[in-house]
Amino acid sequence: MKILRNYIDKIKPKFEKGGKYHMFFSTFEAFETFLFVPDTVTKTGSHIRDNMDMKRTMAIVVVATIPALLFGMWNTGYQHFLSIGESPEFWATFFFGFLKVLPIIVVAYVVGLGVEFIFAQMRGHEVNEGFLVSGMLIPLIVPADVPLWMVAVATIFAVVIGKEVFGGTGMNILNPALTTRAFLFFAYPTMMSGDKVWIPGLLKGEGIVDGFSGATVLGQAAQNVSEFTNGVGEKIGGWEMFFGNIPGSIGETSTLAILLGAVILIYTGVASWKIMFSVFAGGAVMGLILNAFAVNEFMALPYWQHLLLGGFAFGAVFMATDPVSGTQTEKGKWIYGFLIGFLAILIRVLNPAYPEGVMLAILLMNVFAPLIDHYVIEGNVRRRMKRMKLTA
Amino acid sequence: MEPLFSTKNLKLLKEPLNDNNPITVQVLGICSALAITVQLKPSIVMALSVLVVLAISNVVISLLRKMIPPRIRIIVQLVVIAAMVILVDEVLQAYAYDVSKQLSVFVGLIITNCIIMGRLEAFAMANKPWPAFLDGIGNAAGYGVILIIVAFFRELLGSGTIYGLQVIPDSFYEAGYANNGLMILPPMALVVVGLIIWIQRGKNQKLIEEN
Repeated sequence: MKILRNYIDKIKPKFEKGGKYHMFFSTFEAFETFLFVPDTVTKTGSHIRDNMDMKRTMAIVVVATIPALLFGMWNTGYQHFLSIGESPEFWATFFFGFLKVLPIIVVAYVVGLGVEFIFAQMRGHEVNEGFLVSGMLIPLIVPADVPLWMVAVATIFAVVIGKEVFGGTGMNILNPALTTRAFLFFAYPTMMSGDKVWIPGLLKGEGIVDGFSGATVLGQAAQNVSEFTNGVGEKIGGWEMFFGNIPGSIGETSTLAILLGAVILIYTGVASWKIMFSVFAGGAVMGLILNAFAVNEFMALPYWQHLLLGGFAFGAVFMATDPVSGTQTEKGKWIYGFLIGFLAILIRVLNPAYPEGVMLAILLMNVFAPLIDHYVIEGNVRRRMKRMKLTA
Repeated sequence: MEPLFSTKNLKLLKEPLNDNNPITVQVLGICSALAITVQLKPSIVMALSVLVVLAISNVVISLLRKMIPPRIRIIVQLVVIAAMVILVDEVLQAYAYDVSKQLSVFVGLIITNCIIMGRLEAFAMANKPWPAFLDGIGNAAGYGVILIIVAFFRELLGSGTIYGLQVIPDSFYEAGYANNGLMILPPMALVVVGLIIWIQRGKNQKLIEEN
């Protein structure tokens, strides 16, 4: 550690004003603060600072995604070996998934951070840590078999169009990780939907067990069947949906692992429990409404199963709670969350072309979040003005 | 009598191409720019149609400018534009039927293109026929250039072709390359126009707003 510190101090003057490599100052600064706690001291204004700076906040979110990530790795392997009719031991299963998922994580981080560094360099400001979380979320919301170059293209698009054009971290109106997924979904639908993409190796189709089907539960539900099965015909019930050993995007299948992450986020106060709770409440309400008017099997799907399926739980815990693109006011959080859950189930059931209603619902509400905040604040101002008039 | 191509007249031609581009600076005519730029061929035809309509209606309105009663000027302008658009539409149907099919209602909708009404109202009503003609050509060219740039990228990335000819080799597709389906959808046209505006403002110091 000491050697590293000395080395950084030694090369620092070269990057400072007048130094030889001053043009690379923002890159240097990013690495320095990444390695050591910044020693800058506040000189004016408030001197009290929370220990939770952006890097620590981001780190906690990354930690919270780890249960979903580890489970996703195991499930990727599990689904693959199910499709070729083998059942190796736990570690072999996990390791297969690990090798499948790791490249996606590496690509998302390298490409995304690369774009961030280039922009920081061009604009001459420091590199922001916002991408640390996005880079972790992107691999969790794509199918395991997605080509890496597609992840790279989509990440560039999301960071440039979704974030940098608005001014970088903290200024974006849309969640960058979801922008990546939306781009992939609309740009390369054959690799992002259907019943072949969710299980590694199924597209190539080598050594697949006869009659194996890789359809997700939602894919089956859209066909109006009432009994769901996994690839080899075993029944999928409520427990499997909760535990998550079903086909789907890498990190979204296990509600259990996601809830573990939610506990970490709520305990540390990083994410808003109000948003999470109201997303689930909104989904349940819409599910109940659809159940009441059920004219087909999909509409009759029990409302609580909607909350366990697809990306619903993942979206509620990790996507909707994004502090930048979500609402800021406390009352606004209830409205915002409720509408996300409500719309997600509505899109999912009534528009079978888009089974992933959660993504579209969150992006839509991201756009409306500032409007909700505006009216909550206006309402507050009006109420207090009224009170002032009464006393005067 | 000033020369035909005096600096003042040349400016009429040049300004709409960059500093005062109808699409990227005035943000007019966006609707058709989103709708017909999926492929290069219809975009070029559209650009030419708008060029013809705008140049000729500008001249006609400029000739009539002293005779048009101010209160009904908008109706007179619309009659002139509509007549021109119908002529262009008939010619397209006669000589380029498949492109005309592809453009469908958007040829007819040139009537409602804000660029044309805008130029007639703002320029032709107050200027002589020759400058009005140049202004028409300049603005239509500014519109067409953006249309063609957008269509080039959308066709290349969305369908792998340029002017209907495949340019991305089959070996790319075999190696796993896929056309970008989002490029074919209208939202992406808006993003591409936005990127052009971004680059243009980055390069052109005159367009940077004070705030």
